[in-house]
Amino acid sequence: MDLPSTAVLVVVLVTLPLAAATLLFASGRQPRTLTLAAALLLTVAALALGWNVHIEGVSVHRIGGWAAPLGIHWQVTPSGTVMLLATALVGLAGAVYGAGYFLHRAGPEGRMARVFMPLWLFAWGGLNALFVAADLFNLYVALEVMTLASVALVALSARRMALQAAMRYLLAGLFGSVIYLLGVALLYGQYGVLDFDALATMLDPDDPGSRAGAVALTVGLLAKAAIFPLHFWLPGAHGRAEPPVSALLSGLVVAAAFYLMLRLWFGPLAGMLNFGAGTLLGVLGAGALLWGGVLALLQRRLKMLVAYSTVSQFGFAMLVFPLAVSGNRAPVLAGGTLLLANHALAKAALFLAAGTLVRASGSERIGQLVGFSGRARWAWLAVILASAALIGLPPTLGFSAKWLLLQAAVTEGAWWWLAVMLGGTLLTFAYLGRLLELALLDAAPGPSPPPVLTPALLAPALLLALLACVTGLWAFDFELDGKALARLEPGS
Amino acid sequence: MSLPPGTLFLLASALLFAIGTHGLVTCRHLLRKVLALNVATTGVFLLLVTLGRSGTTVDPVPHAMVLTGIVVALSTTAVALGLIVRLERRRP
Repeated sequence: MDLPSTAVLVVVLVTLPLAAATLLFASGRQPRTLTLAAALLLTVAALALGWNVHIEGVSVHRIGGWAAPLGIHWQVTPSGTVMLLATALVGLAGAVYGAGYFLHRAGPEGRMARVFMPLWLFAWGGLNALFVAADLFNLYVALEVMTLASVALVALSARRMALQAAMRYLLAGLFGSVIYLLGVALLYGQYGVLDFDALATMLDPDDPGSRAGAVALTVGLLAKAAIFPLHFWLPGAHGRAEPPVSALLSGLVVAAAFYLMLRLWFGPLAGMLNFGAGTLLGVLGAGALLWGGVLALLQRRLKMLVAYSTVSQFGFAMLVFPLAVSGNRAPVLAGGTLLLANHALAKAALFLAAGTLVRASGSERIGQLVGFSGRARWAWLAVILASAALIGLPPTLGFSAKWLLLQAAVTEGAWWWLAVMLGGTLLTFAYLGRLLELALLDAAPGPSPPPVLTPALLAPALLLALLACVTGLWAFDFELDGKALARLEPGS
Repeated sequence: MSLPPGTLFLLASALLFAIGTHGLVTCRHLLRKVLALNVATTGVFLLLVTLGRSGTTVDPVPHAMVLTGIVVALSTTAVALGLIVRLERRRP
């Protein structure tokens, strides 16, 4: 049987979540089977698309047959496909977990249960649109759809702290959007194009106006990706949100903003990635790595620890920019993409397992978590596997990603960045190790009777963590594909 | 001395953006912050339309972008206002 063509799959991936979310919102009811069916369908479509890209490679789609500049181009790239796949897997896991997490059909929890899935589908549609878009303005619209849905998801938890965090997130996110749009305007004023490919051929790296545009685009995205020192909104928003929401936001939404940075700096802005720009971005990354890591070490609440770890891990991802200044950019781009995918799977698993452990323990404090006993042991297993992937132990996906970046650092003789990478890995090891040590050696008995942990609260986290661990085995094929990937990605 | 066409609009857009950014950082009241954000956004819209106007013909693409941008700004403002209302209701 032939799979549907890539063109059909792309349209399904972008329109189905938006249509399903609108219908579910309008109907006011939310049959669990229907929402899970939509999530499953999206996952199957993403897997089919992944297979097509594996066979056919990159493809370009003109929506409605219109050519640029008035028409809109969608581009299915290998790195975008990796992100689409990670989104689908994390999205499905989050949907299943959400169905099991919001138990009551009435009261505030019932409202959360009804609104969670439609909002998540809106964010999913925005993410998918972002991963296939190939022009500056469409990306702005996709970013806004994603941000608005994410803010509403944080505000799902009606506690005042969560609402305050959502407000801070909204203001930071919108200010990021305005600055991004300023960059779009500056570049459009200079060249009269929005399309990535056209921009890549026309861009003059030494023109001050274009430089200002590139700076504005980057600062806007740094705010959205919560890169130090613009990370201030993230720990509150991700730490205070409901667990399935934290998983989706930390795993995917931040990664999407960062992916866009990769897309820009390895695509149309590639000519501007000189020593100064690369070093500046790398220094910001090193700052995030250190700041996020140290604060993660100091946290007493489980979810805040995981949230600060996100700040730290995206600092690590920023190190791709200095490594890509000279030398071969393809393995660096492949490493960066795999790092994002690894983080998406492992961080989502960590947040989902954290939500389960907090429910089982009746407390968020790390010292009061239940130990490796009963059904909670499955959640702990997920935490251990996800930690291994985040640290980058072989054979996880995190190992493959970090290996690609370490190799690039060695071949370029970038010893400083190599030291930063090793230091960051040690810091990750330290705060995750402290969590496991505190929680497992000094376990609390937990409330009695112990809360029921259904398979929906345990299986999604465990499966995501397992995926992060085993996909590393195939990732070295991707490294070989990395050479093909370099030819196929525009402008790199 | 005559200024190049559009200079006034460019200056106005820069001023709006600066006022908006300043307001976003300095104002304490959330409603003012949201309004400041809208002022900054208007500055960017003005820049886009001005850039589309330079030359003898009018480029339709910036206009399309600004139209979409206005819809986006309207939606984000609505969400922000909704959030502010919910925050006020939960004031301890």
